[in-house]
Amino acid sequence: MTNHILTVENLRARFQTPDGEVEAVNDINFHIDPGETLGVVGESGSGKTQIFLAVMGLLAKNGKATGTVRYKDKDILNIPSRQLNKIRGVTMSMIFQDPMTSLNPFLKISKQMTEVLVEHRGMSEGDALKRAINMLDRVGIPGAAQRVHMYPHEFSGGMRQRVMIAMALLCDPEVLIADEPTTALDVTVQAQILDLLRDLKKDFNTAIVMITHDLGVVAGLCDRVMVMYGGRIVETGTVRDIFYDSHHPYTEGLLKSMPRIDTASEEHLFAIPGQPPNLQNLPKGCAYQERCAYVMDRCCVSRPGLFGFDDGRASACFREDGQ
Amino acid sequence: MNAIRKKKNVPILSVRDLKVHFSLPGKGFFGPERKLKAVDGINFDLFPGETLGIVGESGCGKSTLGRAILQLIPPTDGQVVWLGRDIVGAPHREMQPLRRDLQIIFQDPLASLNPRMTIGEIIAEPLVTHKPELGKDEIKARVKRMMARVGLLPQMINRYPHEFSGGQCQRIGIARAMILEPKLIICDEPVSALDVSIQAQIVNLLQELQREFDLSLIFISHDLSIVRHICHRILVLYLGNLMELADRDSIYAAPKHPYTKALISAVPIPDPEIERTKERIVLTGDLPSPINPPSGCVFRTRCPFAKDVCATDVPSVDTINDQHQVACHFHERM
Ligand SMILES: Nc1ncnc2c1ncn2[C@@H]1O[C@H](COP(=O)(O)OP(=O)(O)O)[C@@H](O)[C@H]1O
Ligand SMILES: Nc1ncnc2c1ncn2[C@@H]1O[C@H](COP(=O)(O)OP(=O)(O)O)[C@@H](O)[C@H]1O
Ligand code: SF4
Ligand code: SF4
Ligand SMILES: [Mg+2]
Ligand SMILES: [Mg+2]
Repeated sequence: MTNHILTVENLRARFQTPDGEVEAVNDINFHIDPGETLGVVGESGSGKTQIFLAVMGLLAKNGKATGTVRYKDKDILNIPSRQLNKIRGVTMSMIFQDPMTSLNPFLKISKQMTEVLVEHRGMSEGDALKRAINMLDRVGIPGAAQRVHMYPHEFSGGMRQRVMIAMALLCDPEVLIADEPTTALDVTVQAQILDLLRDLKKDFNTAIVMITHDLGVVAGLCDRVMVMYGGRIVETGTVRDIFYDSHHPYTEGLLKSMPRIDTASEEHLFAIPGQPPNLQNLPKGCAYQERCAYVMDRCCVSRPGLFGFDDGRASACFREDGQ
Repeated sequence: MNAIRKKKNVPILSVRDLKVHFSLPGKGFFGPERKLKAVDGINFDLFPGETLGIVGESGCGKSTLGRAILQLIPPTDGQVVWLGRDIVGAPHREMQPLRRDLQIIFQDPLASLNPRMTIGEIIAEPLVTHKPELGKDEIKARVKRMMARVGLLPQMINRYPHEFSGGQCQRIGIARAMILEPKLIICDEPVSALDVSIQAQIVNLLQELQREFDLSLIFISHDLSIVRHICHRILVLYLGNLMELADRDSIYAAPKHPYTKALISAVPIPDPEIERTKERIVLTGDLPSPINPPSGCVFRTRCPFAKDVCATDVPSVDTINDQHQVACHFHERM
């Protein structure tokens, strides 16, 4: 028996397009335990969002997911949406960079929040409203009792983000998937939202998936990290492993190219040469070969699998192969 | 004194008491017109070959300030002295030749490029406007040379912007801004929309061009880590007002304004041990509305150090030394 709350095995997501099939998500395996925060990092287009849209049954119509997704012991990949709705937004919630993805612009916040509670928790309207106000208060919205009656557009960007988080937390989810929730926000507001997520973990043992391209956010919040490149996991490890003992050349490059606020600058920033790969037109072999400082002949012939080299550690690079 | 000032102490640009107030319609039909003070009395100098960073939260007036300097937004009041001459209110005929020296690049590279023009046409346009006498072949040769310089393959000259990635589009924007060999480029969040690995490429390119062409840069950004890397001096804005202006080392090692301190401490550091143990000043709430800014010190509603006097008296911009200015009643204790 494990106590994994979410288990993903051999997950793939494919999109059919007029220009052919896009292999956006490939051979993804991971799990997450209660109270744990998993960071998912990588450049835009590396497949971060699609993994979790597949998990939540929210892929676009031209997309199809295969593999296994288990919420506790229950298989949830491709189950009918009537069944999925008992989990989605209730015990497993997802929040996005753009809060308007989850908010209805034409409905007052009060209506949007109480609806969920009345339906999934069988609460009375009155109790639901109390809980909604409570939740807005918890996420740091001043004057929640009045503002619960406002429309989404009446909130500032940072406040709208909090409203979305409050909505996602209404039913005390066991898993919160946060997809770049602070990318569009100022650092000052980002710091407030990150504190909120830390409290959630501490007070409710909520499992959190933090999808981000900001390694600073990962450093402050996450326990384990999954680095994505070209639709695949290229490295996994604890947050300390990734920051102090990275193995994959892409992870190393990403860490080196981050300008840091706590150090005086060198003449040149380290830059990873070239462009992120186009998933529709991946090279044969390793997806990172064109940008890799360690590229070998075999990297251009075959694709490295994910080599495990320690407990919970793996890197998709022939340098781990020891041959 | 930083090296750049020592070398050339005549500013290329002096901004004096610059204000941009937008008029908004009043509330209701008969309500009085309201003023939004986006930029409210800014002073600074910029020296040849220098990079000045302008930082602050979104909505604090960074873009408006940049555009007002270039006269793309008419200032409400104040002076913009370019090479010794005030250009505020200069007629179009007089501005036109100055535009050669004053260029701008934007955050969203694709949106700022005309989708119906080839990248060759986009990069050539300023040359065609300002130096038509060069002739077609010379213009094409210069465009290709500039493309190669910014890291674009010259054979891509007949492609369209949508065929390029975000990083490459920003290179196109830079080539267009550089083609007339300007003296100043205002970079308005030029790397904010790019991936980390691509950001570094573009920042390095800007720094190389700066050295090669003795360019002055105004680098507008909300990312204080990039600013620390690229800027010689940094101006911190809040609700259209200058909070602090200092050379890079003073700003980061010994910030004197509570807002600067809070901004710096909010930037996550990509090192788990440091990030989890560092001291932080957490600001509550959001930026107040610039239509109805707080009395006294505009920062007081979010300032952890605010006292009674902050609500009544506007702090003056005090000079700590000739490299460091700060607007806070209590900067001596910070
Ligand atoms: N509906 C779709 N049709 C075709 N391709 C898609 C679709 N949605 C996403 N993709 C592709 O999937 C890839 C991964 O996207 P995504 O997971 O959103 O990246 P990330 O979140 O890492 O920025 C992208 O390269 C994109 O082109
Ligand atoms: N054309 C305009 N009319 C009215 N208000 C404007 C206009 N342009 C900008 N503003 C306002 O001026 C303030 C400063 O905006 P801006 O300079 O874009 O800030 P920043 O670039 O720092 O995010 C904001 O409150 C913004 O809403
Ligand atoms: S497999 Fe080869 S190309 Fe890929 S990351 Fe490793 S060394 Fe670089
Ligand atoms: S003047 Fe007062 S409110 Fe303003 S920054 Fe200084 S201490 Fe804070
Ligand atoms: Mg995404
Ligand atoms: Mg702006």
